[in-house]
Amino acid sequence: MYYDHILIRYGELSLKGKNRKVFYNKLHENIRYQLVNFPEIKIKATRDRMTILLNGVNPNLLMPILTRVFGIQSMSLAIKVEKDENLIKEAALFALKDAENVKTFKVTTKRADKTFPIDSQAFNQIVGGHLLRETEGITVDVHHPDLEVHIDIRTDATYITSKRIEGSKGLPVGTSGKTLLLLSGGFDSPVAGYLAMRRGVKLEMVHFYSPPYTSEAAKEKVLDLTKELVSYGGDIKVHIVPFTAMQQKIHREIPYGYSMTVMRRMMLKISEEIAKKQNILSLTTGESLGQVASQTMESMHAINAVTNYPVMRPLITMDKSEIMKIAEDIGTYSISIRPFDDCCTVFVPNAPKTKPKKDKVEYFESLLDLNNEWAELMQNITVLTISNDQSHQEEIDQLF
Amino acid sequence: MIYFDNSATTKPLEEVLDSFVAVSENYYGNASSQHQLGIDANKLLRKAYQQSANMLGVSETEIIFTSGGTEANNLAIKGIALNYHKHGKHIITTAIEHPSVLNACKALTRLDYEITYLPVDEHGIVRLEDFKEALREDTILVSVMHVNNEVGAVQPIKEIGALLKDRKYTFFHVDDVQGFGKMSLDIRKSNIDLLSISGHKLHGLKGTGLLYVKEWIELFPLFHGGGQQGDVRSGTENIAGIVSLVKAMRVVQEEQMHHPEALTHIRDLMRDRLSKITEVTINSAEKQAPHILSFSLPGFKPEVVLHALEERNIYISTKAACSSKKPDQSVVLAAMGCPDNVSNSALRVSFSYQNTEGEVELFYRALKKIIKDLSKVMG
Repeated sequence: MYYDHILIRYGELSLKGKNRKVFYNKLHENIRYQLVNFPEIKIKATRDRMTILLNGVNPNLLMPILTRVFGIQSMSLAIKVEKDENLIKEAALFALKDAENVKTFKVTTKRADKTFPIDSQAFNQIVGGHLLRETEGITVDVHHPDLEVHIDIRTDATYITSKRIEGSKGLPVGTSGKTLLLLSGGFDSPVAGYLAMRRGVKLEMVHFYSPPYTSEAAKEKVLDLTKELVSYGGDIKVHIVPFTAMQQKIHREIPYGYSMTVMRRMMLKISEEIAKKQNILSLTTGESLGQVASQTMESMHAINAVTNYPVMRPLITMDKSEIMKIAEDIGTYSISIRPFDDCCTVFVPNAPKTKPKKDKVEYFESLLDLNNEWAELMQNITVLTISNDQSHQEEIDQLF
Repeated sequence: MIYFDNSATTKPLEEVLDSFVAVSENYYGNASSQHQLGIDANKLLRKAYQQSANMLGVSETEIIFTSGGTEANNLAIKGIALNYHKHGKHIITTAIEHPSVLNACKALTRLDYEITYLPVDEHGIVRLEDFKEALREDTILVSVMHVNNEVGAVQPIKEIGALLKDRKYTFFHVDDVQGFGKMSLDIRKSNIDLLSISGHKLHGLKGTGLLYVKEWIELFPLFHGGGQQGDVRSGTENIAGIVSLVKAMRVVQEEQMHHPEALTHIRDLMRDRLSKITEVTINSAEKQAPHILSFSLPGFKPEVVLHALEERNIYISTKAACSSKKPDQSVVLAAMGCPDNVSNSALRVSFSYQNTEGEVELFYRALKKIIKDLSKVMG
């Protein structure tokens, strides 16, 4: 006897009334995408939960992947058996023995199929008694058990589950539209992207790079970060914007102290333009209030003025330590920490204005002609699609 | 063919060659290019950093790929000396280092660096008292090999590292070209700041190697250029070579993990057989690296023995191949205090995990026969 299913409980999406079907179809699609390397498995979605039939795949390989999929409340490994008392007992015993560090347990039976001849209470006692007889040093505790063995008697079959593994919660990516994330390579923007995805938003990325001031490794870093986020939300398109010429011109012609503000405004404007072309309805940044000069209230006011697109700032009220904690949890920290400058850090003046005046910025900008640079830049944007293309990865792995 | 010259170089593994060819054929992009070929090449590079760092127990930003052991040693020694000369100009090394260390140090004397060469005891091992005495306020670098290439003596790396622990500006470089894959060394616990590895000594290819450099340390580059490898080692990365190196490291390290005693068995058998030949003096101490055995045939010219073995398709070396162009005397054996007739007639057998006990027996028989024949001529 062994675990042959994974049982997935929906998160908030079960609350969504009529749209429910949209939500669980999306979740189904997202799970299928992340488990593309396991063609043996079968996914079955019903209105209250989803089951994955393992067909011999080791569930421990799937769990780390599934815990990154948004829209899952929790999961359990499950054994499916016929509605037969002895088989159920055997499965329950396996579930109990398979769990580690268990001193106390309780059995909870749910009898959806009322044709099953024994009622829940009585059946709890029958199975509980069996488990006590067959194990040593383990006792029943109905109030605070280390492990709860669930027996779910349904019309089609019976599922026995024990340990509950928390899912990522949130909404399935793709159910809340799309946003364009300004991704720098630092710690913040990937976390912002992650949080946006958790609310069901699909991401595209825009990255500004300034060769030769920023290295190739900096770009590679951005692609690696994207790859990490792909494991949460599926394929991600990255728009890579060559920013050198514009940045140089701003640096040359805008008074010291204001160049950073103008640069940020241009980034936002370019992002809006890309979003328009891609039918994306919002922008997202990793800004956090007061963290650096461009993220003061005055700066944001002056910078935000160039667009009337909604700019989502999931980190705006977070402390740096909280952001770093999430970065570590989601696996982007070790990539972000690689020491390469991005285009934002290269051209920063020693003392950027922390309280830029919007009027002044607009005045300086009105004297600056960036039309050539704008046209040139728009023509030279490269777009890459990052996906979890494991077949390619395997080919690479074999070389090592 | 019996190949007992694995400390000179090793035969590249088939899977290593396969990787080299596959990368050269399919991933020939420049890792700095913007297009997909470049990105793929970069992916390989990134994985190479990760995997080699994992094997060494360090982080991926601490690896610099080089063209081999000689470059790694030069980059470590000159890189530290030139970058930190304001902290001192005194370097400590040993009398028995590889020429790429000895001559790099020697060259620095022209820029007014002072070098202390530590002597070794009769087993070829540095004495810690000598080392402590040599340490000065202005010592910026200590360069000591892990395993000696001629006799296989293992140096007290951990102990030296411990003595340098609290000295921020005395850097510790270890030439691990002969040690990696044969004798484990914990870089972090031994307090090592820089460590050299060469690909062709571990069934990889010539022209591949790496230098580990601890996170915060800056090196004055040997090559300036396009800023590759964190600006420390410019030059388009040799991705195929780098991947092949990392693969060879993996195979050899796995071999060491799964058969930790294999080399020792062969070496001990060889030692036992050689001790049965009265003409032989064994130079290597009992407790040393498992893959190198140095012995002398006082009264016999070593090249004559070498060529006589070669006629029987057995390949060994007289002392180290790298320094073989000099006259017969072994600097290492002389430093160990061996008499002239011993250090003038030294031969070295060095093993790889591919060697077998049967080969040792064949070697033994051949050598006995050669000594008998040669004695007749000379007698």
